[in-house]
Amino acid sequence: MRISALWLRELLPLEQSVEDIGHRLTMAGLEVDAIEPAAPVFSGVRVAEILRCEPHPDADRLQVCEVAAGDAEPVQIVCGAPNARPGLKAPLATVGGSLPGDFRIKKARLRGVASFGMLSSARELGLSEDAAGLLELPADAPVGADLRDYLGLDDAIIDIDLTPNRGDCLSMFGVARELAALLGKPLDLPRAGSVTPVHETRQAVRLEAAEACPRYIGRVIRGVDLSAETPIWLQERLRRAGLRSLGPVVDVTNHVMLELGQPMHAFDLSRLQGDIQVRWSRQGESLALLNGETAELDDDSLLIADDSGPLALAGVMGGAASAVSDDTRDIFLESAFFAPTAIAGRARRYGLHTDSSHRFERGVDPALAEQAMERATGLLLSIAGGEPGPVCRAESADALPQPVRVGLRAQRVHQLLGVEVPVTNITAILRGLGMGVDGPDGGPWQVDVPGYRFDISLEVDLVEEIARVWGYDRIPSRRPARPLQMLPQPETRLDRRTIRRLLVDRGFQEAVTYSFVEPELQQRLDPDKIALPLANPLSADLSVMRTSLWPGLVAALRRNRNRQHTRVRLFEMGLRFRGKLETLEQTPVLAAVITGSAMPEQWADTSREADFFDLKGDLEAVLDLGGNGHAFSLRAAAHPALHPGQSAEILQADRAVGWIGALHPGTAAELDLDGRVLLFELELAAVQAASLPAFRPLSRFPSIRRDLALMVPDATPFAAVLACVRAAGGGLLRDVTLFDVYQGPGVDEGRRSVGIGLILQDLSRTLQDADVDSVVAAVTDALQRELDVHLRG
Amino acid sequence: MSTEHAEQLDALVAEAAERVASADSVAALDEVRVSYLGKKGRLTEQLKGLGKLAAEERPAAGQAINAAKQSLQQQIECRRTDLERAALDQQLSRESLDVTLPGRGQAAGGLHPVTRTLERVEALFASMGFAVAEGPEVEDDYHNFEALNIPAHHPARAMHDTFYFDARHLLRTHTSPVQIRVMEEQGAPVRIIAPGRTYRCDSDLTHTPMFHQVEGLLVDEGIGFADLKGLLHDFVEAFFERSLDVRFRPSYFPFTEPSAEVDVQCVSCGGKGCRVCGGTGWLEILGSGMVHPKVFESVGIDAERYTGYAFGVGVERLAMLRYGVDDLRLFFDNDLRFLQQFR
Repeated sequence: MRISALWLRELLPLEQSVEDIGHRLTMAGLEVDAIEPAAPVFSGVRVAEILRCEPHPDADRLQVCEVAAGDAEPVQIVCGAPNARPGLKAPLATVGGSLPGDFRIKKARLRGVASFGMLSSARELGLSEDAAGLLELPADAPVGADLRDYLGLDDAIIDIDLTPNRGDCLSMFGVARELAALLGKPLDLPRAGSVTPVHETRQAVRLEAAEACPRYIGRVIRGVDLSAETPIWLQERLRRAGLRSLGPVVDVTNHVMLELGQPMHAFDLSRLQGDIQVRWSRQGESLALLNGETAELDDDSLLIADDSGPLALAGVMGGAASAVSDDTRDIFLESAFFAPTAIAGRARRYGLHTDSSHRFERGVDPALAEQAMERATGLLLSIAGGEPGPVCRAESADALPQPVRVGLRAQRVHQLLGVEVPVTNITAILRGLGMGVDGPDGGPWQVDVPGYRFDISLEVDLVEEIARVWGYDRIPSRRPARPLQMLPQPETRLDRRTIRRLLVDRGFQEAVTYSFVEPELQQRLDPDKIALPLANPLSADLSVMRTSLWPGLVAALRRNRNRQHTRVRLFEMGLRFRGKLETLEQTPVLAAVITGSAMPEQWADTSREADFFDLKGDLEAVLDLGGNGHAFSLRAAAHPALHPGQSAEILQADRAVGWIGALHPGTAAELDLDGRVLLFELELAAVQAASLPAFRPLSRFPSIRRDLALMVPDATPFAAVLACVRAAGGGLLRDVTLFDVYQGPGVDEGRRSVGIGLILQDLSRTLQDADVDSVVAAVTDALQRELDVHLRG
Repeated sequence: MSTEHAEQLDALVAEAAERVASADSVAALDEVRVSYLGKKGRLTEQLKGLGKLAAEERPAAGQAINAAKQSLQQQIECRRTDLERAALDQQLSRESLDVTLPGRGQAAGGLHPVTRTLERVEALFASMGFAVAEGPEVEDDYHNFEALNIPAHHPARAMHDTFYFDARHLLRTHTSPVQIRVMEEQGAPVRIIAPGRTYRCDSDLTHTPMFHQVEGLLVDEGIGFADLKGLLHDFVEAFFERSLDVRFRPSYFPFTEPSAEVDVQCVSCGGKGCRVCGGTGWLEILGSGMVHPKVFESVGIDAERYTGYAFGVGVERLAMLRYGVDDLRLFFDNDLRFLQQFR
């Protein structure tokens, strides 16, 4: 809402500066976005009259004008504006003056003819974008007057960003009323008198949806002169509010809307057939709107219609067919009350947002309709003449908003604010806001809410009013004085920050990628999952929810590769989204991706490209964090996006909780990624489940180690060997280490040599050779029997 | 002992001392030792020659020779220590390193600045007894809007550019639905913060379609607006680690009443007005207010007995102000050159 400070001061005389007014509004919840001058800086611009025009001797499009500008002698001005003509009054920038942008006006010669100043357009003065010709001033404009004084341009525009609850401040009257309450000033707003009808023509109105439109005021005005010029002061008010002048009828209704807050509409009377009907739309109806578009209506939009069909989307926008045009002579003016619930959301549904819908959605005082009608009629008659008819009223009193009465307790004010606002202040604030307050001095009170305050129906609404007028800055800051309570710290649930720290310590950089991704990329990396598409994505590459964190991480990795980072290690924690809406799983997961050398480039060590076991090492470190590393295992398995020989499911006991592997070289090539890319993803819950350490006694006796070289068939996974060794090793086997895996000369085809160390220890005695030999024998027997694994010869 | 004999011994001792002093290695010193003190060494020979002396001369001569031997041995030990030390010094000096060469091993990575900021915010509120709560990001209309007193067609909905899946499901536009879920589940009292991802269908210089919020909620008996003011002022000063003016300005959120925007004295210019604060001297960083009774009603909490406050803060905004980042879009580009600045 753009408020002209001059206009505001006409309604409410104030000694405060514009800045002070702005600050007071802001601190009362009417946030002032900006305070701007109503016109840019210019000087020496006067009201001038063109007396004579001659064609320029050397230029077809220029005229040499004799212009009166208040001095004894007229001045000669060369002008190229198409509307320059004798008798026109227009602004003249005189020699010595300046136009916006510090453009100095000097005596000039245009194609050999001297020019003593410059006749100006609205655009040259920075008043609007209109550069079609000279700014045409009214015939009664006083020649020689300074244009700034004449148009009152030394004005400031206070731009208020109103919250949706304050529809009552979407007018000059509303803001003046609010400000008067804030500053404790009396306010006496002008009220237009009734216009005496000069004929009896009425337009019948039928309210067929009384709950949505319980009051409709209309009036026929005949013989309106549409060619009449809107007075400059009114045009200026519109301009300062950000509206364009569009002819006398629209200008008048817009002015009334700005002034009182009542949106109005005017119909061409000759286009109406039969009664006006205010009714709900019907499926299949359509309406060609004023903006040139056609709305295909649903069955839930309020219409102004007549016998021929829809005329206007009530409270939103008029139709093209019944609109006032240049040929219009007789008009029907509408000033109605539409219930907020009947208008809310309708404009959006049709892709519209109008000054009218903006106000009706938030609530317009039903008492305004008649007042606005009288004001608009009076203004229009004074500008464009015409013969007013009587006011036509259609009303359904039962459906009108009923007066609202709200109870208020001083104790409740204290409870919610934490400060005791004196009861005299409470009642004074409410009365200042136009509310009736009934009750004993100390409350409780019954408060009558004015019809323009659609946002007040509860006690707490009144508390807010008291707080904001009293001033939030006068409410003290209080520190808690209640007993402190310890927060639980479950030790068997790993904190996510511990997991993040571990990865950071291992050289990973955390990434945060969008939760919606490009479907094609996701299809490549996680083709088997159902991705949830957004109904209204921002763009195609952010159109489905991620079923895995890999698409986001791989895209980030690729961007960094393209920025010359050859070594990238990224991880991310977040939700992945799998399945259809009804059965959607939103699962927190941890994912990582690496590429490039295993270690940072170094001067002393030879560089080695990271492989599966580098990332597996990182994964194991994560899985071990909660003390449950032994519960996890990898099982070779095929994943469509991973290298078939270098991919595995991550199992927690027997449950699959994630994947690890090398990106399939084919997929990598499709993504233009050279070099090996390794990834994992697993459910965070699996990692976060930690176990409480349980102490085991330490042995006082030495341990003994026996190394074995095993010949293991290629198809037998090490995990099977290990499990077999552990099972056969019995209670004395404390640990098994793997120190060598070899394949090549000296080892049979189809086998690998695996070197393991058995570490044996007893809690109660020193082991003897015989003990050790029997464990080794048991282990080798079991390996031979169960896995066809024998000792290297 | 004859004078001649004594002179001879002195000369021998002097000569030996000379050779000990000039031995330039442990091996050369050993040679010297053998040649004087070995089985056939010249001092040893002297002892053997004692038999040729007259009986009365023998004790004195023997004593002199033994003294000479002892002295020589001492000198040799001394020299050996010196030589060994020199040799070690030499070896150590050969082993000396350029200590300015970089070390081996994995270099540390880093947290994303959003996480870094979130952890900081969580820690500050944890110290005030706020537990962390989480909720789904694909939300239903009820929790994101209805229960927060934003019915269908409410003008406030126009301020939330919402991503929808269907008529009833959406990406949460704020973390406020978590307060509904927590209150539904545990009733009052409540003291939580809800950090997390939020989404709005908007993308330009100052908006990304995904961003992070921390929502806070405290519900108890006897909680008033004054408590909200105290808490948020403390938070702002603790987060920025400096004393700052804070201003509470009336505003409107459907789920709180009274509602307040919280402006903080600009951390960049100190309130004089600059590019960061748009010349106003104030930064709008938090939305807050007293929980609306309709919200309590929708979760079945007695609004007469309990009151509470809620607040929400944008995490990227905090991070930008704290670390001086001037482009929001950098946060989700994941450029290592950006990320590595927050180690």
